[in-house]
Amino acid sequence: MIWTTVFVVASFALYIGIAIAARVRTTDEFYVAGHHVPPLFNGMATAADWMSAASFLSMAGLIAFSGYDGSVFLMGWTGGYVLLALLLAPYLRRFGKFTVPDFIGDRYYSDTARVVAVICAIFISFTYIAGQMQGVGIAFSRFLEIPVEAGVVIGGLVVLMYAGLGGMKGITYTQVAQYCVMIFAYMTPAIFISMQLTGSPIPQLGLIGDASDGTPLLVKLDGMLTELGFNEYTDGSKGMFDVFAITLALMAGTAGLPHVIIRFFTVPKASDARKSAGWALLFIAILYTTAPAVAVFARMNFIETVNDSVYDQSLVVEGEQATPDWFHRWESTGLLGVEDKNGDGRVQYTADPETNEVTTLNRDIFVLANPEIADLPGWVIGLVVAGGIAAALSTAAGLLLVISSSISHDLCKKVLMPDMSEKRELLIARLSAAGAVGIAMLAGIYPPGFVASVVALAFGLAAASFFPAILLGIFWKRATREGAIAGMSTGLAVTAAYILVYKIFGWVPNNAEHWFLGVSPEGFGTIGMMISFVVSVSVSLMTPAPPKDVQDMVERIRLP
Amino acid sequence: MSIDTDPKDTDAQLYWRANLRLMASLLGIWAAVSFGAGILLRPFLDQFSIGGAPLGFWFAQQGSIFVFVILIFYYAHAADKLEARFTGDRVDPVSDDAGDSS
Repeated sequence: MIWTTVFVVASFALYIGIAIAARVRTTDEFYVAGHHVPPLFNGMATAADWMSAASFLSMAGLIAFSGYDGSVFLMGWTGGYVLLALLLAPYLRRFGKFTVPDFIGDRYYSDTARVVAVICAIFISFTYIAGQMQGVGIAFSRFLEIPVEAGVVIGGLVVLMYAGLGGMKGITYTQVAQYCVMIFAYMTPAIFISMQLTGSPIPQLGLIGDASDGTPLLVKLDGMLTELGFNEYTDGSKGMFDVFAITLALMAGTAGLPHVIIRFFTVPKASDARKSAGWALLFIAILYTTAPAVAVFARMNFIETVNDSVYDQSLVVEGEQATPDWFHRWESTGLLGVEDKNGDGRVQYTADPETNEVTTLNRDIFVLANPEIADLPGWVIGLVVAGGIAAALSTAAGLLLVISSSISHDLCKKVLMPDMSEKRELLIARLSAAGAVGIAMLAGIYPPGFVASVVALAFGLAAASFFPAILLGIFWKRATREGAIAGMSTGLAVTAAYILVYKIFGWVPNNAEHWFLGVSPEGFGTIGMMISFVVSVSVSLMTPAPPKDVQDMVERIRLP
Repeated sequence: MSIDTDPKDTDAQLYWRANLRLMASLLGIWAAVSFGAGILLRPFLDQFSIGGAPLGFWFAQQGSIFVFVILIFYYAHAADKLEARFTGDRVDPVSDDAGDSS
């Protein structure tokens, strides 16, 4: 715990130091860091911005439990960057304004479209930020024995300090530091575990490597799982069309998320936007190609050390192993729970709920307990905690900026009070950031039960609203105001309705038999996106072409 | 310039068409490694293996991501070259409006 305190306090001091050094005085610097961020740094900042507490803590565990099915997150959350780099980022950068609603409002010559975009941006960002604040609170309470509420408030104030003072400029340079903290924290235990299990210091190669007995790791894991009654790890249980739909929805959603898009407004030119998308994905890929390896290592380690182990250390007979110490330690946190159903004093881990004695198994445990499973020294645990907090704070800061610029720039400056001074706008930006942090803190302390399910909603909505509207805006000059508004609203409404019905109200049983075309709510963004495209195109063709100056603007952003 | 030329085309249109072609082929690869190898062809590809992992599974969990990274850097490089080729001797490209080419 001393190490954890040291790492967390040191990293916070670093973030605040950067904030003070990077404070800003103009809206240009506040919204887009004055367009001065070098592509490499922007790539690193984007990676930190993008990888949230969920990527850092939960993803490997999620894959560990779902095997092949977990691929949707790996492909979906990385493939979106190809769409961004090729189809959106360079053109949006050439457009040269500050926010996503800026583009929607100008391209579709309509304040209605701008306001629809503002609402989408704020809704998507709040959905996300609540989860981040909650993550910070949990990390504090579990590792530093500080109440969740206090953890959320401390985290919120730190974010507000650097986002409020430094705007995009402050966020960018803290995110660069946060990326370094989180990638070091993720890779250190992964490298050691990979060496222990497969002899390879590169976890990416460990995944395709051999276990110590010479059989390929994945073959061995498949064998162990089927013996215990589970599905094979390398085989999925989701339908192929559903996997397809979820992957596409996550890709298009990633490309349409406003906090990711605005990062590409900060570089000097369009060609830098392309390059920095490459750097961003490279930095993300380091973690995202390690995660499936960590997942396999963790599942395997768990079965080998826990299954058939003797729960009470003093009763171990020769040839048997005791339940490891880390297991007992994590039991006290409530993330792990056992019940000796057959009374044999040994832990059985099986697929059958009747005989399975590991009654609670939280998916976050695999990343959190990794250092202990690998017998690494105490400071590594402190590092992982600081990394998890860095992941949550960096994402929260990016989202915060979207909310604050949507209110101060898109709503106040562009729609309500076009005559206000820059100083006034900056003040409103800082005040709305403070207000948003307040709401996010409340949401982190009293998390609404539906937070987990609305993350699917955030991606679905981005895929079904922003992605088609921006894409058509760039690549089809004939796309009209009416088309865009109709397309965005239908896409939104249909996707939101589908997710509400299945996941939040539960009016219809949430399983493949009852889904439309076998597509789960997570994948429905793909259908919503198709609907949005069809509606936009048909309505556009029925309405008068956009004015000449808008068509010229589209020409202009396409020019080299 | 080796691109199929129509005397009416402006440089801007030639550039745009070349850019669209480049994007289309790269997006083809993007779809082939993820939706193709990682999802639709996975059952078939899983009979082969790369190291100790079934090939389709590997594409879905790691291979596609490696390809994505290469694709973006390649595009950044190729698009820069394409732009350089067209910005060398550019006539004012917005002045001519020969209709919507998209």
